[in-house]
Amino acid sequence: MATPIAWQIASVAAIRPETPGVKTIALKLPQWMRHRAGQHYDVRLTAPDGYQAQRSYSIASAPESEGKVELTVERVADGEVSGYLHEVLMQGDLVEVRGPIGGYFVWDAVQGGPLLLIAGGSGVVPLMAMLRHRAAAGSQAPARLLYSARGAEDLIYKDELDRLAADGWGLQVFYTLTRSQPPGWSGYARRIDAAMLREVAGPLGPSPMVFICGPTLMVEAAASGLLAAGIAEDRIKTERFGPSGS
Amino acid sequence: MADGFISRGFAGKGRETGARSARIPPGQHEVKDFPVLSAGPTPRVNLDRWSFSLEGLVRQPVKWSWAEFQGLPAQDFLCDIHCVTKWSKLDTRWRGVSVDTLLEHVELDPKAKFVTAFTIEGYTTNMPLEDIVNGRAFVAYEYAGKPLEPAHGGPIRLVVPKLYLWKSAKWVTGLRFMEQDRSGFWESAGYNNHGDPWKEERYTGD
Repeated sequence: MATPIAWQIASVAAIRPETPGVKTIALKLPQWMRHRAGQHYDVRLTAPDGYQAQRSYSIASAPESEGKVELTVERVADGEVSGYLHEVLMQGDLVEVRGPIGGYFVWDAVQGGPLLLIAGGSGVVPLMAMLRHRAAAGSQAPARLLYSARGAEDLIYKDELDRLAADGWGLQVFYTLTRSQPPGWSGYARRIDAAMLREVAGPLGPSPMVFICGPTLMVEAAASGLLAAGIAEDRIKTERFGPSGS
Repeated sequence: MADGFISRGFAGKGRETGARSARIPPGQHEVKDFPVLSAGPTPRVNLDRWSFSLEGLVRQPVKWSWAEFQGLPAQDFLCDIHCVTKWSKLDTRWRGVSVDTLLEHVELDPKAKFVTAFTIEGYTTNMPLEDIVNGRAFVAYEYAGKPLEPAHGGPIRLVVPKLYLWKSAKWVTGLRFMEQDRSGFWESAGYNNHGDPWKEERYTGD
């Protein structure tokens, strides 16, 4: 019998706002274990009377950051756990977690590429862990990220993504803003569709490794568009979240 | 150890009370919508070529076409479902065929103790035989009075309410009966081999 992944009490090293509705929580772990990019942690809150609530949050940081892990959390309307993490939790607080968890939606630099990452909203979080890992591991595997958000203010990690794309190591980042675009916006300005997928995926050849993460409808659209473009089903890994996902 | 830990400033405003709360397993919360989770693209199923089979440790394997499967005696099922990603949905209404009804068409080898459910897109999941017999599981093609949607496993999926929902294989095309247990897709990727929500068997080793 394998050993269970034990609950442990992490301390909050820092809390960083990313966008108006998204924060990153950096945790220091007494029993740190190297994760794989794409995995998640479970967070468990306990009330004084013993009532507990649990949710899963994707790891945003690279596996290379020893002893620490960063979770990026979107504030969900009426979210019991995300609301607490956004409004109550402070630097220095303790929070109960266990992980890393999940062995399918993961990418290791040794697997190489080409890598096609497609994100909707906070679905970018596990994909960011992959790109941070790619950079930390010195991988030059060709990689493209297509990142869909409502407006420019909703783009998480934008400055860092632009920096990573500018370093000449083979990453290209494409944004699409579906609701509102700032003046002079040169990226895409519509929902992900077949033509957009062909433009972004085409240069990666017929069989990139594909990771898609986001709301259900966006994931369905992206996955079926890539199938129609001739990418094999077994190259496409998906992670979906609905209104109840966090 | 984490025993006795209390989260500063957490009161738990989302808790269920009364009879409903007794139906929510530990670490779960109730949702009213029906989230979709699957590991890959939603497959398009061609019903002309679809079949459902019972194989492995049976005297004579059986295979039904879509039309034949629709001819099997159907029942309505009302159950609570629990996803390992922490949501539970109460009183879900399904229509389909009980696994017990399917098993009337084969003679099971008494050595059969485990089952692998397999699907159109290659997903597999394993469970003890005892968890899917005696009214404990069914193969469903209607949800809430309508044909089951592709994203939820349509045209047809397995439903095993007493285990976490990844055991309720979407797009199921058959059951294989075995003497030895054999880990399926998620069971080989960090998730618990059994998956009882009431024992909170979420991950490997829980």
